Order: sequence, then C-alpha cells, then structure tokens
Amino acid sequence: MKVPRIALAGAACLLVSTVSACAGAKVGETTAAPAASGSGSSSAKQACGALNLAINPWVGYEANAAVIAYVAEKELGCTVTKKDLKEEVAWQGFSTGEVDAIVENWGHDDLKKKYIEDQKVAVEAGPTGNKGVIGWYVPPWMAEKYPDITDYKNLNKYADLFKTSESGGKGQLLDGDPSFVTNDAALVKNLDLNYKVVYAGSEAALITGFRQAETQKKPMIGYFYEPQWFLSEVKLVKVNLPAYTEGCDADAAKVACDYPPYELDKIVSRKFADAAGPAYQLVKNFTWTNDDQNLVAKYISEDKMTPEAAAEKWVTANPDKIKPWLPAS
Amino acid sequence: MVTSQVTAPVPARRPVWTRPYLLAGILAAWLVLWLIFRGQATLPLGGAELTPLHERIGAAADVIDDSRNENPLFLYFVNYIRLFIDQFVTFVQALISAPSFGRPVPVVGWLGVTGIATAVAVLYANLRVALLTAAGFASFGLLGLWRESMDTLALTLAAVVLSLAVGIPLGVWAGLSDRFERLAGPVLDFMQTMPTFVYLAPLTLFFLIGPASATVATMIYAIPPAIRITSHAIREVPPETVEAGASLGSTPWQLLAKVRLPLAKRTIIVGVNQTIMAALSMATIAALIDAPGLGKTVLKALETLDVGTSFNAGLAIVIMAIVLDRVTSAAGRRVETARRAGRARRPLWRRVQVTAVLAATAVLVYLSHVYVWAAVFPGEAGLGSHVRRAADAASQWAQANLYTYTNALKNVVTYGLLNPFEAVLTGSPWWLVLLVVTAAALVLTTVRVAVVCAACLALLVALGLWQDGMVTLAATLVATVLVMALGVVTGVWMGRDGRADRVIRPILDAGQTMPAFVYLVPILGLFGATRFTAIIAAVVYAAPVAIKLVADGVRGVPVSAVEAATAAGSSPWQVISKVQLPMARRAVALAANQGLIYVLAMVVVGGLVGAGALGYDVVSGFSQLQLRGKGLAAGLAIVVLGTMLAALTKAAARRADAAAHGRL
Repeated sequence: MKVPRIALAGAACLLVSTVSACAGAKVGETTAAPAASGSGSSSAKQACGALNLAINPWVGYEANAAVIAYVAEKELGCTVTKKDLKEEVAWQGFSTGEVDAIVENWGHDDLKKKYIEDQKVAVEAGPTGNKGVIGWYVPPWMAEKYPDITDYKNLNKYADLFKTSESGGKGQLLDGDPSFVTNDAALVKNLDLNYKVVYAGSEAALITGFRQAETQKKPMIGYFYEPQWFLSEVKLVKVNLPAYTEGCDADAAKVACDYPPYELDKIVSRKFADAAGPAYQLVKNFTWTNDDQNLVAKYISEDKMTPEAAAEKWVTANPDKIKPWLPAS
Repeated sequence: MVTSQVTAPVPARRPVWTRPYLLAGILAAWLVLWLIFRGQATLPLGGAELTPLHERIGAAADVIDDSRNENPLFLYFVNYIRLFIDQFVTFVQALISAPSFGRPVPVVGWLGVTGIATAVAVLYANLRVALLTAAGFASFGLLGLWRESMDTLALTLAAVVLSLAVGIPLGVWAGLSDRFERLAGPVLDFMQTMPTFVYLAPLTLFFLIGPASATVATMIYAIPPAIRITSHAIREVPPETVEAGASLGSTPWQLLAKVRLPLAKRTIIVGVNQTIMAALSMATIAALIDAPGLGKTVLKALETLDVGTSFNAGLAIVIMAIVLDRVTSAAGRRVETARRAGRARRPLWRRVQVTAVLAATAVLVYLSHVYVWAAVFPGEAGLGSHVRRAADAASQWAQANLYTYTNALKNVVTYGLLNPFEAVLTGSPWWLVLLVVTAAALVLTTVRVAVVCAACLALLVALGLWQDGMVTLAATLVATVLVMALGVVTGVWMGRDGRADRVIRPILDAGQTMPAFVYLVPILGLFGATRFTAIIAAVVYAAPVAIKLVADGVRGVPVSAVEAATAAGSSPWQVISKVQLPMARRAVALAANQGLIYVLAMVVVGGLVGAGALGYDVVSGFSQLQLRGKGLAAGLAIVVLGTMLAALTKAAARRADAAAHGRL
C-alpha cells in the first residue's frame, strides 16, 4: 500500500481503460460543469444576500415560492435556500432564525399570537392577493344530478347516499389534513345534520376520494378549499352553509355558519424585515391572483414541470406583473 | 385463587380444560355486562377537545420553547452536539452527495462510490453480493435518482456511525451489567414505540432545522437495536470461555477485548444490520423536517398524488435497503465461517486479493474525482421514466378495475369483524374493559403481567384518550389477526418449499422497506379513507416480519421428525398441523409479538388514511399548535398500548416455550 495513489491510479488508468475513457471533460472545466448552485459563488451578488424560504407541503404554496425564488435569484441575485417544512415547524424557524419568509399563510391566529405578539420574532408582510375559500364540496356529477344538494338544508334528504362503513349509519362528511382548521363536528351538530365527520387525515386521502367519486360516479361530500390544483382537474361544487358574518364563528362550539373568507398572507422574520434588503422588498411587494397561482400550480401538478421550470415559464410570459414587485431603487 | 398457580415458573399441572373454560366465562360475562352497561363511562373526547392534562403538556412545551435562548443547557451542551453532528453529516455529504470544496460535484462521483461499495462487498461479504451491490448502485443512476440516493445514503451512514458509536459501548455495558440492562430496557422500548411525529417538531427547537435534527431523529429510532443486540451478543458468550480466560489471569479489560468481543462479533454485526435498516426506514419521515434525499421525492410526489414518481423513489430506497442488508448479513456469515475455520487460510492469497481490490477501487475513485463522465451519472435515466409510467398505469388500472372487489372485502372485514369488535371495546365502560383484560391476563399469564395490563389501561384513562385508545386497539388487534393468518399460511409454505422462499423473500423485503407514503394513494384508491385502509397499510408492513419468523421456525424443525411422520403415513396436512407448527410454536409466538409491534408502528400512518383515533391525534398534534399537548399524550398512549400488548405476547411466547420443552 506504499505506492503513491495517484501514480498507481494513473498507471492503472492507462492499463485498464481505453483511451477514450481516460479522456473526456474534467470536473471544473467550464463546458461540462453540471448545474449546481447554492454553496459558494456569491461574491458578485452581495447586494441581495441570502433568502431562506420555507416550503410548506402543498402545490399552491410551492407555486408562490417558486416564482418568488426565481425572481429573487434572476432579477436580484439573491442566494435562495428552500426548506421543506410543515407550517408549525416553519414558524418555529422564525424563532430559531432559520426561516426568513413564509409566502402563503392560511390564518393560523394561534401561531400569529405566539410568534408575532408574544415572542415578537415575526411580522406580517401583507396579503399574497390569493383568496382562500374553505367549505364543503361535492363532485360535479352530484351537483348536476341533485341540483338542490348545494343547499345545506337539503343535506339530510341525501344523507343515506353518503353512508359508508365508517359513518355508523349516518351520512359521511370526509375531513382531510388536520393542518386546516375545521369546525365540521360543531357544524354538523349545530345545523342538525344527520352526518358524521370522518377524519381522513391527509390531503391525499381527500383528493383520491373526490377523484374516484367523480370518475366512478360515487356519492361523496367533504371538506375542501381553493385555490387548489385539483380543482382544475375536477371542478368540485361548493355547498352553501349559512352565510358567514363577522364573529359568527367566535365560539368554536356554537358555530353554525360557513367558514370565513381567507386573505392569504405572507409572514417574515422580524430580523429579515428590519434589514429591509431587496429580498424583503420582493416578498413584501409580491401579490398575484388565484388564476395566476392556479396556472403555475397546474404546470407543477399536471404538466409535471419542476417548480423552477414552472416559475420560469410563468415569469417569462408575465414580465409586467413582475415589475411592481421589484425594489424601487 | 388462580394466583398461586400461575406465579409458579412452570405451569402447574391441572386439568387441561380449565383455561379455555375460564377464558370463555370471562368473555361471556363481558358480553352480558356490555349489554347492561353499554354506552356508560366510555370517556369519549372529540377531535378538537382537550383535557386539562393536554393543556398542561402544551404549556410545558411552550415554556421550553421560550427558554431556549437563555437556558445554559441549550447554549453550551445542545448547541455543541448540534454543531458536531452538522459538521459530520456535511462532511459525509461533501464526500458523496453534495457539491463541495468549490467543485460543482462531490469529491467522489458515481463510479467511485459504486466502486467503494462493491469493494466493501467483495472484501467483507462475497462475490455474489458484490455483483448485487454494483447492480444496485448502478440502478440508482438508471432510475434518475443518483443525487437523491446519495443524500439518503450519506444521512443514513452518518446516523448509523453515530448510533453505533453510542450504541455499541452502551450495549457492552448492558451486556456486562444486569442493573444497567434492567434500567435501559424500558427506555429503549420507549424510544422504539414512541411515534416519530411526536418528537419531530420539538427536535427542531433543540437542534434547529437541518442535518442535525434529521440525524438525531434517525438515531433515536436506530440506537435501540444496536444496544439490545450488542448486549445480547455479550451475554451469549459461553461463561466457560470467559472463566477460562479469567483463570489465565486476564484483566477484565483483556477479557472484554480478547474474549467477549471477538466471540460476540457475529451477533454484533446482526445489530449493525438492524441499525442500518432502522435508520433507512426513517428516510421519509426525516424529510418532513427538510432532510435531503429520496424521502423528499416521495413526499413531494404525494402532494400531487404522483404515484409513479413516488414509487420510483420508493424503489430506490428498497434497493438500498436490500443491498445494505445482504452485505451486512453476508459479512456476518463470513465472520462465523472464518471463526469456525480457524485463523485465515491462505493469508498470501488473501493479501493479493485485498491489494488488487483496493487498487482497482482507487482507480475508480480517482477517475470519478477527476472526470465528469465518472462523476455525474451519464445518460437520460431511461429506466426511471419506465418505472414511473408502469407504476402509474398499474395504480390507475387497479383503482379503476379492482374497486368493486376491494370494496366488498373492506365491507366484509369492517362489518363482520372490526365494527362489532370496536363496538364492544368502545361501548363498554372503561372499568369493565380494565377488569376483563386483567382477569384474562391472570388466567393466561402471570400476576406480574396482569398488573402491568391494569396499570397500562389505567394510564390510558389518565391520559384522557380512553375511547381513541380503544378504537386504535380494536384496529390493531384485527390487523394482527390478519398478519398472523398471512404469517402462518405463507410462512409454512415458504418453510416447506425452498423455491417459494426464494421467490417470495424479496417481495417481503420490499413490503418491509418501501415507505408507506408510496402506497398510500393506491390503497386509498382501493379501499377509501377508512380504518380498513389503515389496517391494510399495517399488514403490508408487519406481515413480512411474521412470515419470515414462521418460515424460519418451520425450517428449523428437525428433518428427522418430518420424515418420521411422513414415513408413518401422515398426509402433508397432518405433517403441518401435528408436527411442523407445534414444533415451531415458539417461532409463531415470536411472530405474533413482532407482528404486533410492527402493526403499532403504523398507527400514525393509519391516521393519515382514515383510521382516526390515536394516529390522527398524533398527526394533528404535529400540525396544530393548540393540539400539541394532545398529540404528545396520544404518542404516550400508543407507547402504553404497546407496552401492554408486548407484555401479553411475550408471556404467551414464554408459555409456548415452556410447553414445548415440557412436551419434548
């Protein structure tokens, strides 16, 4: 083992491999360097610095983050690090200083109280422009066949259709990912509905359910929300609950009205906001419409593009929507 | 009454019929009392409801959060551990997976990594396994997942090295000291049965978001087998050998280094194998806190229900698990044969072999360091797109065409078995269930086990999750019954037929190592969001263990016994039921024990597909701040259920053992 390794390797290279195998592009030569960013190479781009972007696990969020990251890297020269995290862990990241921005937040008053009011480590950075809707939905074939099903008053008439092995003789109302706030158990009780809430536990379970309900014409009613990529595949129909009025959901146990409309917003860490660098300006200025998000989400989910490619496609097609987001200077 | 009899170490002689009759009596009394007291004192708790205990746990967690920046424990102790682990993992990643040292690629490219892995397999295992290793590593590139696979491998290896560094010394200690072993046992049980979801979010508070948290999460699950099996290995060393060493005047240290450890080496390698498997099984869950690698691909694909992509990544995890398993198993066998054969035969030949392998590896590493074609996996990864498309097509076809049958199966099991069982468990007052279980444990096992059961059920009440606990218990028991049915039938088949064994075993390996997140969507499509879907997920994960244990047990039955029975004119059915299964009853009992533990490990995954109850409580505790305390309590409740069921099945296994020895 005393033979110097390089000499040994070189000799063996001549012996073992053909000439073409030993030739070829070398690592670090300009032409063939594979795409790999992130680590070093930031000297020219000091102005913007680093942006640590939390990525919450749903496609709509990914669409927001992809576009912001693309603009931050290409227009402002920031170094963007994406961190895949569930909401609660992402907020925790504000307090440990490892997350700069969350770019699609659904309400989360409890987290706002803890991290914005009590710990004072985060601040709000304005709405994303997306309007969130939460409610009960049925597949389109049902709305067509039973037009009056979209009124909650008629739901009891159809309860038998929704019976399953899980619902104990009542109609089944399927709930999804526990990350979303749900008042459904209270709603069923307070609206005197002959239904039982069954907790599916994940978004995948809900979507699989709705997809099958539509293709196989099976009855299903469940909790869903928009904007959501799946709605561009199957246009679910919302059931009308008693209209939401300010404060009608104040007491969680007595709720008997629809969910409030959500102004989806952005949250950033206080340090990031105080530094007020170009990346912060971008995050703060970013707004777009549900249609914009749905389009990018469709690129990712249906067309199976990477988030980066989807963002590039959208940004290239919409240069004038980007302009107002960029820092004034 | 019964007490005096059952505390005896060997069951006292008594009429054979007593036990079944007593048990039947208890069950009958249960049903009668259930009819009378149905619906009373069932302690339900709604999805968002909390008990004062849950609120207190949540508040305690908040206090820890808030003091993170002042507490000296954090500032000095935890932060240094985090820094060390971060550095270590980053270093391993720099070697094989991440661009490093100003280069666009890692230090060692695909050719070099494949070369090193193959060389390790050649030197420590055998040629056949080495070929498998080379093919396995090449497949990561062909599937289009080289970088992701290396990220997973780097994190797994780092976690395994650290786990062994902590686990083997502790294991040796536990092997030498009875007191430490008794002390460590419950802690290790706790680490293995506490669902990861419960401690994942708090971990990022201690170790921040990054490699350290992911590594620690993995280590919590991977250290216990290292400690347990090392301890077992040390205890297995024949006392005569140790005494002989001692009488020759060896110091305790010499005894350990020269006698105990060398003799325990083979079993310790089994521990290494189990540690690797446990670490790899955390790849997907660790991705929830930003751990890089194949787990991330799986989770991302789940967001868009992209079955093909997640199956592709799951397949890479399965391949990695099989390769690592085969290499370490073969290495263990080789240690054993080397020990039997005495000191190295033909040392010169071995030295030549080692030199040649090392030289060839060095060449490959050098090439992969310098040349792009050897650093970055070339080609378009055609295999990956085929796998993706095939998995997509299969999943779609199954969901479209099999639903009628799978739905019928679901209804039969749910209405026929699960619903009635759950109705009795959740409909009975809590004190009735506690009485029945304790009485049954007294009849079937020992007083000690009965006390454990009573304490566990009382704890469940105290945790405020009684009814959810009963729902989970019902599903767990049904799943275990299915696991055992599959385990006995398939296990006997494999044990009797070597060819069946060779065909089925890789499928079992896949079932055990394929992340559940990969097959969530197809099974949701087949069975809907139901408790039965959760049971299926549990069976997929737990049945392989049970099947393998039963198969090994059946194969372990002496050939002479089987031949004698056949010669006496027994039919195959008689041979199985009268000879093979009775003689393998210890293996069957062990299979039931392990099957249960594995089923319980899937409770949280069940919560993602419609099982509700404790699994859902844990998931919502991970997702919602207000429910954090309840999630933690639900995690504890799962540990409590696990403790109770493990105690019961272990006692049953001991009894099977005693009976087998009594009869032989």
